[in-house]
Amino acid sequence: MNSIRKSAAAFALLALAAGGAWAAKADVTIGIQLEPPHLDPTSAAAGAIDQVLYSNVFEGLTRFGPDGSVGPGLAESWEISADGTAYTFNLRPSVKFHDGTDLEATDVVFSLDRARSEDSQNAQKALFSGIKSVEAIDPTTVVVTLNSPQGNFLFNMAWGDAVIVAPESIDDIKNNPVGTGAFRFSEWKRGDSITIVRNADYWGAAPALEQATFKFISEPTAAFSAMMAGDIDAFYSYPAPENLVQFEADPRFTVLAGNTEGETILAINNKMEPFGDVRVRKAVSMAIDRQAIIDGAMFGYGTPIGTHFAPHHPDYVDLTGNAPHDPEAAKALLAEAGYPDGFETTLKLPPPSYARRGGEIIAAQLREVGIETEISNLEWAQWLEQVFRGYDYGLTIVSHTEPMDIGIYARPKYYFQYDNPEFQELISALSVENDPAQRSAMLKDAQRTISEDYVNGFLFQLALTSVVDARLSGIWPDAPTQAVDLTGVSWTE
Amino acid sequence: MLRYTVKRLGSLLASLVVASLVIFACIEVVPGDPASFMLGINAQPDTVAALREELGLNRAPHERYFAWVGGLVTGDFGTSYTYRSPVSEIVVERLAISLPLAIYALSLTILVAFPVGILAATRRGSLTDISVMATTQLGVAIPNFWFALLMVLIFAVKLRWFSAGGFPGWDAGFLAAVKALTLPAIALALPQASILARVMRSSLLDTLSEDYIRTARAKGLTGRQALRRHALRNALIPVLTIIGLQFSFLLAGAIIIENVFFLPGLGRLVFQAISQRDLIVVESVVMLLVFAVIIVNFLVDLAYAWVDPRLRSRT
Repeated sequence: MNSIRKSAAAFALLALAAGGAWAAKADVTIGIQLEPPHLDPTSAAAGAIDQVLYSNVFEGLTRFGPDGSVGPGLAESWEISADGTAYTFNLRPSVKFHDGTDLEATDVVFSLDRARSEDSQNAQKALFSGIKSVEAIDPTTVVVTLNSPQGNFLFNMAWGDAVIVAPESIDDIKNNPVGTGAFRFSEWKRGDSITIVRNADYWGAAPALEQATFKFISEPTAAFSAMMAGDIDAFYSYPAPENLVQFEADPRFTVLAGNTEGETILAINNKMEPFGDVRVRKAVSMAIDRQAIIDGAMFGYGTPIGTHFAPHHPDYVDLTGNAPHDPEAAKALLAEAGYPDGFETTLKLPPPSYARRGGEIIAAQLREVGIETEISNLEWAQWLEQVFRGYDYGLTIVSHTEPMDIGIYARPKYYFQYDNPEFQELISALSVENDPAQRSAMLKDAQRTISEDYVNGFLFQLALTSVVDARLSGIWPDAPTQAVDLTGVSWTE
Repeated sequence: MLRYTVKRLGSLLASLVVASLVIFACIEVVPGDPASFMLGINAQPDTVAALREELGLNRAPHERYFAWVGGLVTGDFGTSYTYRSPVSEIVVERLAISLPLAIYALSLTILVAFPVGILAATRRGSLTDISVMATTQLGVAIPNFWFALLMVLIFAVKLRWFSAGGFPGWDAGFLAAVKALTLPAIALALPQASILARVMRSSLLDTLSEDYIRTARAKGLTGRQALRRHALRNALIPVLTIIGLQFSFLLAGAIIIENVFFLPGLGRLVFQAISQRDLIVVESVVMLLVFAVIIVNFLVDLAYAWVDPRLRSRT
């Protein structure tokens, strides 16, 4: 500790000697809404864990770029066998964990085996279900053998849930994460902030920042005043869209409006009457005015969608035309289905503002075509219990933030209970397809199928709006995964 | 005094046992599974089952109750489901903010309320009295979170004298920590000081009209002497009761102010733990707060006896 202080003092002197201009700011304070429950990205669903740690502290074999593309991570390159079932990863040489030990192929074997083991607590265990075996050939070569070809395996390995961890750090990983990234974990003031500092032994290009602090502020008014008072330099996913106009007008700030992987849907319980009837589901979809919801609930931020797929993805098909806003047509459909006077159902809303605000607007829109909804506001735990596991709901609003998750429509027991064997076959065919052109065609088919079946009311792609100090550059505007990658962030003045 | 103390201790223990049962029962009936919450909507059922097993959620309720109470007695509060670190550690971290904040706010409350209340009572009907009554009425009526926001806008956003919130930790230095707690303490103290000043005033007015004060004055004491020696001490009983209640409230009920200033205090911990179904944290913190309230009441009871010797002999 003392030596750190001394070197810090020496550094400060150097900075002084070099003149004021050189003493550029090299630390940043970032506001995020939620505090991570713990610091192990491989055993919880909480997005806040990835926001702080993904690609800053922990890295996987592959990694997401700012545009969502998948590139090399700890694996510098890889070869895929002709039948598509064996992936040989060549690890970067001389990568060190933050505890000073070398990254070796056995660590990769350990990490992947841990994630797919029987008592695994990985929230995305499905990512690893196709793996048959993981073997270390030599210290820098790992071979992953799959049960069958898996088109998105490299994509799966880029998830935060698939990062490589050090075996000896597992016992304490939840409080003291040891990764390979450009920053090492420094301090966690529970309830307040987490600090990470530059890793001097990083294998890649050194980040411009020396230190970054993530501060947890969930209250919208508090976020506003913290930003205005200069307590924080950037607020990632700013919680109060109503203030954004004010920030946009202020030259001290930049507002970044980007995309997330969050398809926000009015989920329909397909097994609950009267929603078993496709005409009723179509009527619900046509009763909805997407733009009114985006304007009213999201202050204009968000892109309308007509299926469960991210609009910025190259394979996206714009299917919003399948259910244009047309209350008269919706009423006619309801009458045809035997509900000329409409019906009553429940609308259960989880806490995020897209759901609570959007819910009120949707309820009003549904009322216009004769569908009366009984709104109840639920906490997440209640929502999981009643809606997600109990199927006890008619309608609900949720943003599905996992990337490329159209496959959930192939799970008949998933909470909206869509059971279409053709779609299930399509998805299983897709999972073993490696040809890019074929995959693209199949993904488009999948989008059309669920759109034309009106499985859910497809509302909008959730926008990511961040407020950033105008002098700070390099914060990702989009969120291909829930990460605040700081490796390329720097102060411009 | 000893019998009085022992008797009070007995009722204290009984309250604790009843409280622990009530808390546990309430938590049992709350819907929502901590394991599903932590793993989210893409988790596979076997993963959830594995986590439930590890958290000990599959054990029978009575087993869990005795494990919990047994732990409490030996100082082991268990391990938080979500944070995965000892509850006692988390609570101590939070208490390092909530306790000083409560003491700070209560000190401000007393420092303001006592002189103001005494002043108003001794000048009953005067302009001072009327303006004190009006101001305190306003102080009670203003929602403290609104007042807090106003202070943030003035002192943090405009003047930049203070941070808008957050807590640098005690290792950042005593002054820095106290500074960070100043706006929250003022926001918390405003309504409490208003209440306490009014109680002080009316209680003092009651005692000032008692016969013994007139007797004291008749024996030649000045108004000031009679006030200090006779009236004030007797007026303190209701004031102490209110202070006891206020302290408990400040310790546990600062949650809105904690949110406005994003302070990691106990209130926010409980709030967060409830929404995350971190039941063990909820149970333990609520139990701790009950304990604190009971202890404060116990101390207030003792203080009564100290102020009023008749209470000692009566029991």
